[in-house]
Amino acid sequence: MTAPSAPAPALRYRASMPVRELLPIAIFLGFALFPLAAAFGAETYLLDLFMRVMIFAIAALGLDLLVGYGALVSFGHAAFIGIGAYAVGILAAHGIADMSISLPVALIAATLFAYLTGAICLRTSGVYFIMITLAFGQMAYFFASSLAPYGGDDGLTLHARSTLFGLSPFKHERLFYYIVLACLIGCYCLCRALVVSRFGRVFRGIRENATRMATLGFEIRRYQLAAYAISGALGGLAGFLLANATDFVSPAYMSWQRSGELIIMIILGGLGTLHGAIIGALAYMLLGEWLSGLTENWHMIFGPLLVLIVLLARGGLLGLAAQLRSRIRG
Amino acid sequence: MSLLVVQILNGLQLGVLLFLIAAGLTLVFGVMNFINLAHGVQYMLGAYLAVMFYAITGSSFLALVFALLASLAFGLFLEFVVFRHLYERDHLDQVIATFGIILFLNQAVKYVWGAAPLSLPIPEFFSGSVVLMQGLTYPIWRLVIIASGLAVALLLYVLVSRTRLGMLVRAGANNAPMVSALGVDIRRLFMVVFGFGTMLAGFAGIMIAPILSVEPGMGDTILILAFVVIVIGGIGSIRGAFVAALLIGLADTLGRSFSVDILRLVMAPSPARTVGPAIASMLIYLMMALVLYFRPTGLFPTKGR
Repeated sequence: MTAPSAPAPALRYRASMPVRELLPIAIFLGFALFPLAAAFGAETYLLDLFMRVMIFAIAALGLDLLVGYGALVSFGHAAFIGIGAYAVGILAAHGIADMSISLPVALIAATLFAYLTGAICLRTSGVYFIMITLAFGQMAYFFASSLAPYGGDDGLTLHARSTLFGLSPFKHERLFYYIVLACLIGCYCLCRALVVSRFGRVFRGIRENATRMATLGFEIRRYQLAAYAISGALGGLAGFLLANATDFVSPAYMSWQRSGELIIMIILGGLGTLHGAIIGALAYMLLGEWLSGLTENWHMIFGPLLVLIVLLARGGLLGLAAQLRSRIRG
Repeated sequence: MSLLVVQILNGLQLGVLLFLIAAGLTLVFGVMNFINLAHGVQYMLGAYLAVMFYAITGSSFLALVFALLASLAFGLFLEFVVFRHLYERDHLDQVIATFGIILFLNQAVKYVWGAAPLSLPIPEFFSGSVVLMQGLTYPIWRLVIIASGLAVALLLYVLVSRTRLGMLVRAGANNAPMVSALGVDIRRLFMVVFGFGTMLAGFAGIMIAPILSVEPGMGDTILILAFVVIVIGGIGSIRGAFVAALLIGLADTLGRSFSVDILRLVMAPSPARTVGPAIASMLIYLMMALVLYFRPTGLFPTKGR
């Protein structure tokens, strides 16, 4: 994470100001209109796919907040998704399917886990931070695998989706789709507001120069921990939605490969832009879906593609777009 | 009692295996500041190559030699084509690119050799078991693994602390730009270190192939364990990797076999049977979190980082 020199980003932001405002709106409009288009195709399949895209986009947003704005590379982020999902699954196994209970439990459990582990992880930095978050992710993974009463390795099937005071809004595919979209937009706005707030400015300041921020009197650990907990909460929300979307909860949600995929998504889209995380989730999952339809060995295409993206497209898809734009303008 | 001895030996065997992998990882990391997630697939590849060369030559020894050379060649190929472009990049880019290589190689191995697990026979000379003491027999091959791992550790120790190359490696781990400024061809040093690390990972894969099933994805679990080892040991420290590898190997093996019994001392049998395996599988990660909590740069931190 090399810190860019201060004036350059300001210039870049001004130049692409309209895009920064228009692109997210266009993305959300696209998601909102998608069900109309999907009605002409394999509707349930497409809606389901895009719903999962949006759910992972929520988790990716949370991760981008940490990685893109705080240079805190969390390699155990899938654990938060898993915790949110398991909250739904375990409560449902005990007959509590109402989301007035399960949603807060999912959010609080994920936030609490993030807060407690974050307090330990943030003692380290750099590579050690990457590795200790990985360790906690693995801990959660193995803990879930050994939950024999709740399916252990095999996972847990959800017999009914969460209800709300007796109503079941998740039963109707389209309604569920728009609820997920609303969650995504809500999280995006929350993250945007956070980033431009005083809190966000301090948090970004810590990324640029932690020592200076500390000398200015900010307790840097507290800001980072708060961001980590918020990021965990977004992961918990994604987990809550994912469990309902797939009717299934499994330790595989927490595997380190999943955490790796989340990192790939935000890199793919472009770090530190928030809508880049959404674009990244969309691009990653659609690419995976498309390639896996082409050939069984799609990983053999996808792996080298990742290497090429890292080597050639600095700043992800958004960075690539910016490069092209500036080249066209001369 | 004999169960305890057997499990300690098993723990040692896992420990030296982890050391073989972690040594390369920690060197590459320490000297080049490069996170190589693809180190685990090199281990897998070593095992597959051994199976392949055994099928061709029919000789365990020749299979070992060829598989070692082939893993070395492949590692250098990867270094030349991909990795050397990543040394200057930040860790995030390295993680993604090497993750891509994992995806590719896991699938490629499945494509070439099939998804079904393969096996490699134990060399005839080392097959069978040996009686260690009254009522305790132990497979010779596992003892061979332990011995060869310890031999490699000794060799590494001499190489790193007694030779000129080792001096450069230690200096590189402390301050690579300075070593380069003093007129050492750092690219070549990187290549040597990288090749050596790859070969060690391949060697681990070859040695373990006769007692584990050789299958796609076998490198992924061991990779994470190796990372735990180098982080606990202190990144860049061979000595740290050795201590941590044995610690992790023993803790994991003993934890898995005795956690239920130990828990039964303090709780009822049936919850102990549920909680025990859970704790055993989380044990090493707990250890890692604890170590990093008290010593955020590992047990044997290399200076200047």
